[in-house]
Amino acid sequence: MPVSDYEPVIGLEVHAQLLTRSKLFCSCATAFGAPPNTQVCPTCLGLPGALPALNRRAVEMAVKAGKALGCKVQRRSIWARKNYFYPDLPKGYQISQYEIPICEGGSVPVPAPDGSIREVGLVRIHLEEDAGKNVHGAAESEVDLNRSGVPLIEIVSKPEIGGAEEASEYLKSLRLVLMYLGVNDGNLEEGSFRCDANVSIRRRGAQKLGTRVELKNINSFRFVRQAIEFEIERQAGVLDGGGQITQETRLFDSEKGETRSMRSKEEANDYRYFPEPDLPPLTLTDAFVEAVEVPRLPHQRAADLLAAGVSAADARTIVNDVRLVELHGAIAAAAGAAHARRAAHLVVGEVSRLRNEKLIDLGAPRFTPDQIAEVFRLQDAGALGSTAAREVLSEVLTTGKPPARIVEEKGLALVSDDAALSAVVSAILARSPGEIEKYKAGKKNLLGFFVGQAMKELKGKGNPSALGALFQKRLDDG
Amino acid sequence: MRALGELSDALARGEVTASGALGQCLDRIGRLDGAASGRAAPLRAFLRLTVEEARAQAEASDGRRREGKALGPLDGVPVALKDIFCQEGVETTAGSKILAGYLPPYDATVVARLRAAGAVLLGKTNMDEFAMGSSTENSAFGPTRNPWDPQRTPGGSSGGSAAAVAARLCPGALGTDTGGSIRQPAALVGCVGLKPTYGRVSRYGVIAFASSLDQVGPLAQDVRGVALLLSAIAGKDERDQTSSARPVPDYGAEMQKPAAGMTVGVPREYFGGGLDGEVEAAVRAGIAVLEKQGVRTRPISLPNSPHAIATYYIVATAEASSNLARYDGVRYGHRARAGALLELYEKTRAEGFGAEVKRRIMLGTYVLSAGYYDAYYLRAQKVRTLIRDDFARAFGEVDAVVSPTSPHAAFKLGEKLSDPLAMYLNDIYTVPVNLAGLPGLSAPCGFTRGGLPIGMQLIGRPFDESGLLRLARALERETEWHRRLPPLQEDGDARLRL
Repeated sequence: MPVSDYEPVIGLEVHAQLLTRSKLFCSCATAFGAPPNTQVCPTCLGLPGALPALNRRAVEMAVKAGKALGCKVQRRSIWARKNYFYPDLPKGYQISQYEIPICEGGSVPVPAPDGSIREVGLVRIHLEEDAGKNVHGAAESEVDLNRSGVPLIEIVSKPEIGGAEEASEYLKSLRLVLMYLGVNDGNLEEGSFRCDANVSIRRRGAQKLGTRVELKNINSFRFVRQAIEFEIERQAGVLDGGGQITQETRLFDSEKGETRSMRSKEEANDYRYFPEPDLPPLTLTDAFVEAVEVPRLPHQRAADLLAAGVSAADARTIVNDVRLVELHGAIAAAAGAAHARRAAHLVVGEVSRLRNEKLIDLGAPRFTPDQIAEVFRLQDAGALGSTAAREVLSEVLTTGKPPARIVEEKGLALVSDDAALSAVVSAILARSPGEIEKYKAGKKNLLGFFVGQAMKELKGKGNPSALGALFQKRLDDG
Repeated sequence: MRALGELSDALARGEVTASGALGQCLDRIGRLDGAASGRAAPLRAFLRLTVEEARAQAEASDGRRREGKALGPLDGVPVALKDIFCQEGVETTAGSKILAGYLPPYDATVVARLRAAGAVLLGKTNMDEFAMGSSTENSAFGPTRNPWDPQRTPGGSSGGSAAAVAARLCPGALGTDTGGSIRQPAALVGCVGLKPTYGRVSRYGVIAFASSLDQVGPLAQDVRGVALLLSAIAGKDERDQTSSARPVPDYGAEMQKPAAGMTVGVPREYFGGGLDGEVEAAVRAGIAVLEKQGVRTRPISLPNSPHAIATYYIVATAEASSNLARYDGVRYGHRARAGALLELYEKTRAEGFGAEVKRRIMLGTYVLSAGYYDAYYLRAQKVRTLIRDDFARAFGEVDAVVSPTSPHAAFKLGEKLSDPLAMYLNDIYTVPVNLAGLPGLSAPCGFTRGGLPIGMQLIGRPFDESGLLRLARALERETEWHRRLPPLQEDGDARLRL
């Protein structure tokens, strides 16, 4: 039976590190990349006697994610201990949430190929602490506990995803939403956004779900697709061969592009969850939940951009990039909503180009949105030509110098002075009798020729509309 | 050796110095407690002394006194710490081989608060391993002896702290109480011991046994000593989110208020089978003393109390199995020589933990296991609620509950070691109090004909430590039990009879 006769059913579990400055249960820093075991204290080292003290910011961020994804935010949730032994888990248990998580339900809006939005349902979002990292050397293994206690939210989807491509789109959408919310940096390589997939297949039309297999170690969008596609084919092959799917956990091998068994259901840990006695239930007041603000989400922002006259292509590019959407919003706010389209051109064009060439860092920009708006105004006021405006914008973006200074330093200001322009106009007309004749005979588009000649004379600094008016007046009058 | 409150007054009046008081303690400890004492049966209340630090603290205290800048009633008072409290740079083992040599890098909150109050920290006292036990025999470092009879246990798990106070090695000590570990040893050695309301005292830096039951409390020769110590250590701690923000009363003043007009309940379930006749007689005599002072009594029922031991050994072991998972040989403490990871875990824990600790880890792991959780852990939580409700109902009509602390006086070393269930039944009257999170106090109320102390337990409403102290003080005012000295003159030193 071909693979297409089977319907894949996929559920995804995402672990996203929250962008708090300090850990979930202590005040240690969360920064990535510090020397091993330098961001630790008795609590995150699991020293005897140490106790957890909850970080309020992490709760706010979890609530933010829950509200953005339409979850029910529980006013009372319970901390639980998940017990297992591993060297990177200093207490021998992870503080997580089990029976009553902070958020239940909700959905992730996932754009379908036809441009519509499909909502993939969520089971829950819960808060928990990250483990440390085992660093395996040739002779021995070492443990780095800098990551121990970093706050995570685990976002569990319903088994409502129908294939590898959709799984990948779901993850991209979720990642983008979390980045929009400022609760996660979306970094798959550093492991701050991690995914496990539960994959099963069933015959098309069948009601009953197949036996599911959990896939681990899939740390890129490409690997997610590869791992799921491989697993669907593997399971189809097993069923076609008359076999049965074993409930197990499989590890994705990115070099070979295949999954292999890690542990069977029988070997699975019994985590012995029970309510964490060191922490009272997490209670949230209505006022707390209401005070958490949720910005507009990517698909909403895309609709906003289209409505503001931004092209569909530009809108897509912008909303898929948190930096660009932030910058566009800031420029449009500074310049006025009427300039949304122009701002979109700028961020999709010049800004992206400069960023790709590593000439600007949108994480720490030198320029301000007001400076961009100022350039727009100069151009609109006729003080700057379009070529000059582009040059000034590039300079503003890379240096952050005030536009007026750049215009002055580079001598880019347009000559709008009537007397100066008139002299040039007279000179051009004096040496172009043939063109004047043709113009007067009705070839009105020669006006552009005259203006162009004048611009050449003025080295591009003439105010083109002023020149056009002057030429027109002289030609039509005389 | 003066009682804690009297020493505090004497220090304030300049009659003694902190250094002098410390010298007295160290002298007495030297002659009675350790292997170096030359006694055939040293008490072994202390696992280690922090002599140099204590001397420096005493000198600093004396300096403050001279400048009129004393920190309060505990300034210069020597205090012993159960070896369950982390003290920066001082070996802290919780009575376990698995933590032998472990040096905490931080002070427990109660240790920091004692320092801030100017107390002189004498050293660390013996205990049952990870506070699991009722005789101090489960210490990996050998048992502590009862000052009243060296062949008997001082109770446990805070047996070292209790014995130190009873033998007048120091005026006060801190212990912890998960199921009776302060009150039962206090009763068996004849001192006052208080387990505060759950949340009254921070658990930060206290090596955990069962987190929802553990509570820190003081032991002293008399009620005032306990009150002064509690005032110093109680109160909200941001590092312990189960600690309460309720204001801390001045317990030293509270205990002086008359108990007349209070009503205490006498639960019939606490005077039933298994209770030693001499103990019952002494407790009833104590109740009569209270009545004479205007305290009303009335019979009550706490019908779910008989389920407390079973409930306790599910809840406490479940939490312990998780709390003790961190002792894996990876980061600190004992590490076995092993090849593979699993072998490291297995050997480290097999070598590091004692028999009782292993028993409880296994029991706790079992009751939390898939398929058993509902039948054991969940059910125990429900019974725990019933027990709590029993007390809540009783406190609708009485201000406190009175009972024996322990069903019998001090038992012999080794007597119950091979019978865990008999050992567990020691705590039959104390365990319900932990399950309900209530304050409980044990005060001396008499002696057996054989000369062993008997304790009376008083149980109060949540955060009504003041009420318990008032009642205990009322008993103490009319009796001399707390002034009796253990017969330690057998070593020929008459000066020990102060």
